[in-house]
Amino acid sequence: MKIHQISLFLENKPGHLNAICRTLAQNDINIVTLSLADTQQFGIVRLIVEEWEKARDALEKSGYVVNVREVVAATVADRPGGMAELLDSIDKSGVNIEYMYAFTSKHGSEAVLVFRFDEPDRAIEALKASGRNVLDAPSLFAK
Amino acid sequence: MIMNTLPIIENNIWQPEFECMRRDDLEALQLQRLKKAVQRASALPFYQEKLPAEKLTADSIRSLDDLRRLPMTTKADLRDNYPLGFMGVTRNEIARYQGTSGTTGKPTWVAYTQQDVVNWSNLCARFLVAGGLKREHTVQLSFGFGLFTGGFGLHFGIEQVGAAIIPISSGNSERQLMCMLDLQPEILICTPSYALKLMDTLGQGDIDRSKLNLKHAFFGGEPWTENMRTRIEEGMGIRCWNNYGLAEIQGPGVSGECAYRNGMHFQEDQFIFEVVDPQTLEPLPDGERGEIVITPLVREGFPLLRYRTRDIGFIYNDGECPCGRTSRRMSRILGRTDDMLIIRGVNVFPSQIETALLKIDSLAPHYMIEVSRPEAMDEVTVHIEMRPEMFSDSMIEMQNIRREISGAIAQVTGLHIKVNLVSPNTLERFEGKARRVIDHRKLVD
Repeated sequence: MKIHQISLFLENKPGHLNAICRTLAQNDINIVTLSLADTQQFGIVRLIVEEWEKARDALEKSGYVVNVREVVAATVADRPGGMAELLDSIDKSGVNIEYMYAFTSKHGSEAVLVFRFDEPDRAIEALKASGRNVLDAPSLFAK
Repeated sequence: MIMNTLPIIENNIWQPEFECMRRDDLEALQLQRLKKAVQRASALPFYQEKLPAEKLTADSIRSLDDLRRLPMTTKADLRDNYPLGFMGVTRNEIARYQGTSGTTGKPTWVAYTQQDVVNWSNLCARFLVAGGLKREHTVQLSFGFGLFTGGFGLHFGIEQVGAAIIPISSGNSERQLMCMLDLQPEILICTPSYALKLMDTLGQGDIDRSKLNLKHAFFGGEPWTENMRTRIEEGMGIRCWNNYGLAEIQGPGVSGECAYRNGMHFQEDQFIFEVVDPQTLEPLPDGERGEIVITPLVREGFPLLRYRTRDIGFIYNDGECPCGRTSRRMSRILGRTDDMLIIRGVNVFPSQIETALLKIDSLAPHYMIEVSRPEAMDEVTVHIEMRPEMFSDSMIEMQNIRREISGAIAQVTGLHIKVNLVSPNTLERFEGKARRVIDHRKLVD
């Protein structure tokens, strides 16, 4: 029930993010969503793409430092309070969120949340127990 | 204008019986002392391996030229005989240990007998008195106290002269200036870059320069330029004096300026100086730049022969100094034959950075050290190319890695250095020996 996320090291300089996007474009890889964590000096780009192995290989070949990590994706209703309800069940489980980001799906009224948890398996259990929709890769990319 | 208040330079000499010896008497004394130095060194396995026994006796030294037959000693030799392979006496005869940076993670230890400490104090007294220190003065000693030879070396030298010492140590500029105002010292001792920093702080603060009593400053621990001297002398209205030394040989007091400030007088009754071509190791004539090689003549605790300092300089060839001292004089330090950096008075070798990085990642990443002096103080940034083993998608972990790297560097070098993580393959590559250092500072006029 986990999704592969690709993350890259990025210097905080003009053009560096674009170069990553170009590499993916040249390899015909579509970015489903991404998040950027930055400091004054460097950043971390986190990407969700369907063909993660292809993306990883292409980026590594272009000289990037790439890391693949399993993350958890879950859907919430795209309305006020949707996310808060989901976070309630996470809080109760005592699992910690290391980081997260969100995007809205192309159709329907759902938003997708992507999480890195300190204990992903326990988080998945807690989400499912409270009736949440945890996505596997095929259902995520169908969204 | 502050310039007009510069103190008059007096020509004072601490030990004229040695400093003003006739040249032939001096050379006779050197020969006599060299014989003893060779005898002391002959007890060390390192020299026994380098020379057959018959060439390592006092009798084998018939003239000062025989010095050239003796083996040289390098920093690497000290490291290979870590910790105390060059100690010349038994442990219970040692009165003091000091340390200086080694080329890797471990310091270079040096040992002194009680007599060595007394000699050292007198040698520090020589350059202090030459630069205007008097018994009635108060000295603000802003060198770090610790293993660094600057703090305790100068402390004992000042005590020898009988002046008052404020052992304030380094750092905290506002407090330093408050001390200068409240205790009215005439003399300041620190690194030249720290003096620039104090001068800047003085310029920004509420303390009126005319309320200070400062007259002279002695700078050492790092190379500096005539331009820096002019800037500090004019900015602070004090006379600034240069001196030279290194822990392996003793510490400060190996040479220092007199009232005429035309080079630093070598203390030739206690050391023999050579300037050699760093490639061929052949002696160079006076006036030519080369590596300074020093043989301590009276050192008991650490009797080195022909120590290669890696410092580049030359010997003045313009005859005897009008001050009355008969010793030859050396130039400022004009560079290094190795890649050692002096950062805020602390010696740093790029290999130390590598040692630190190896603690984080068993395959040391590619790195580059950048040194600059944006204001008065040196700033060092180590640029490190990211490797997959060091990278994480978690920002907390990335920040931890950065902190770990700078912690490891601080542990090895004693310095807090900025760490800048860069993308792979972005630092310049060199064919052959990597050039790891970009130094933007202007250290030579």
